[in-house]
Amino acid sequence: MNIIVLVKQVPNTTNMKVDPLHGTLIRSGVDTIINPDDLASIELALQVKDNIQDTHIRVITMGPAQAKNMLVDLYGYGVDDCVLLSDSAFAGADTWATSYTLAKAIERYPYDLIIAGRQAIDGDTAQVGPQVAQHCNIPQITYVSKLQEITKQNITVVKSYEDYDELLSCNFPCLITALSDKTTLRDASFTMVWHADKKNITTLTNKEIQGDPHNIGLKGSLTQVKKTFVKTVEKKGQMISNDVDLAAKKIAQILKDATH
Amino acid sequence: MLSEKHKRVQRLAREFTQKHVAPLASEIDENHRFPNETLIKMIQCNMMGIPYPSTYGGSDADTLAYVLTIEELSKACATTGVILSAHTSLASFPLYAFGSEYLKEKYLIDLNKGNTLGAFALTEPNAGSDASAQKTTAVLTNDYYVLNGSKIFITNAIEADTYIVFAMTDASLKTKGISAFVVEKEFEGFSFGKKERKLGICASSTSELIFNHVKVPKENRIGKEGDGFKIALATLDGGRIGIAAQALGIAKGAYQEALNYTKSRKQFDRPLSAFQNTQFVLAEMATQIEAASLLVYQAAIAKDTQKNFAKEAAMAKLFASETAMKVTTQAVQLLGGYGYIKDYPVERMMRDAKITEIYEGTSEVQKMVIASAELR
Repeated sequence: MNIIVLVKQVPNTTNMKVDPLHGTLIRSGVDTIINPDDLASIELALQVKDNIQDTHIRVITMGPAQAKNMLVDLYGYGVDDCVLLSDSAFAGADTWATSYTLAKAIERYPYDLIIAGRQAIDGDTAQVGPQVAQHCNIPQITYVSKLQEITKQNITVVKSYEDYDELLSCNFPCLITALSDKTTLRDASFTMVWHADKKNITTLTNKEIQGDPHNIGLKGSLTQVKKTFVKTVEKKGQMISNDVDLAAKKIAQILKDATH
Repeated sequence: MLSEKHKRVQRLAREFTQKHVAPLASEIDENHRFPNETLIKMIQCNMMGIPYPSTYGGSDADTLAYVLTIEELSKACATTGVILSAHTSLASFPLYAFGSEYLKEKYLIDLNKGNTLGAFALTEPNAGSDASAQKTTAVLTNDYYVLNGSKIFITNAIEADTYIVFAMTDASLKTKGISAFVVEKEFEGFSFGKKERKLGICASSTSELIFNHVKVPKENRIGKEGDGFKIALATLDGGRIGIAAQALGIAKGAYQEALNYTKSRKQFDRPLSAFQNTQFVLAEMATQIEAASLLVYQAAIAKDTQKNFAKEAAMAKLFASETAMKVTTQAVQLLGGYGYIKDYPVERMMRDAKITEIYEGTSEVQKMVIASAELR
């Protein structure tokens, strides 16, 4: 079985400071971490490997050359191969251009299952995983909290919503996105950590993946962030003290008026 | 000083300690409870044979990687540090360095994989610093040695499976009549005596071992007959680096507590860290810790580069253990009343620190080793 895990290196937002003058995040000097939901992706992949013989786990990340350090760390957990997509032409990509680029890289490798984290803590869009599935033209299950069953042909997972779960099965190839709430990455192995730097990391530029220059990086991005701000929502409550039947009628009327 | 490779191991040990070791440290000390659940996790992440080759079930890493791990564990819990140190330095090492291929296959692989836990038994009631005064005997009869006697103060005793035991095979030859053996927990006639109640490292199991006509197969002798004393001294040379790293970890753990506390505790409308006395004490602690680090890492590197490291190891242990005692005492003083109560970890660290000046050679024995190298 071939698994591809998509990971992202993100700034450690618990230590972020805001530039008081411009209201932007100060990124320099901030340490980077592996996106928390992506740690759950790796754990799910390792769980498949625990259960299905000859499982090969390939990690793909898009980012600057420094992301190599993160990939070396991942070898300590028992992943088999790491690929870094790095090219100045990829810079400034929005989720669409990112997912296009990742999909172009994925095309180069065999896969039965792609696992991505639900969302990254720096952007919080939760779009890249689903978009990759679309680019690859395969089915997807998002918000996966648990692997229920895995065979060589299909996977059964628990998809968790805020207040209920669904049990879903899907044939391979497919993509799932993982939630970190209930899946914690196991401890790394001292032996594998020690040997990690001897493992190869493949670096791919756009030359290798042959992405359409109009679809990658800032140029290929469909969206552009103009400004980010915290939305303030004012909720005004209205108390209706009345007999239950009368109150229900009154509420129905208010809702009716509001929709017109 | 540390390579990226070593920093990676250090980071892993640090994360492991924060996640699994620190949360238990106070409770296992209080209840004198051996942390079996931590040991299982250490085994799962291949921590039990760090400096030994993978051909014998180890991690292929080196002494420096191993001492960094002991140091990190000991920052939060000195007991967890010594469990691994006694296992790796004292039980596995003599098998690795002096054991036959048969013994390596039979015992070392399991020790390195964590299938078994190791212990080292040299000390007797009347043979402490004078290890040559062994009273335990081993008499060869046909294919077996028959062991009789007892050992005291044995780390990991009750929890271990595989024991390196020293005994007199020919008392007339004195130190040249001591031999080393591998004893299994299940061997008939082998039992445990008194479990010690201690000042510190309370969660570590320290007990007496009793040998009553224990039949040990001839092939379980490590090295030749009479090699025992040499094997014990070589093993302790390496073990000292592990204990030095444990002491260093204790000191660093206590220093961090003192640093955090003095920055947040306010008296006379100022944080304690704003007072010059506090600053001077912190500066002394930090400087001594830095010096201890350099000595410990230097000793580990000397062992890794096959240099004669006995003096370096003794210096590292002497200085690091005295630093641990000083720094933990200063940390308790900086925390004042809070330092003396069990709500803060520094009183435990102070109790734990003391043993590092005593076991695997007292500070006085370290000075003997250092002086004999200097006067050679």
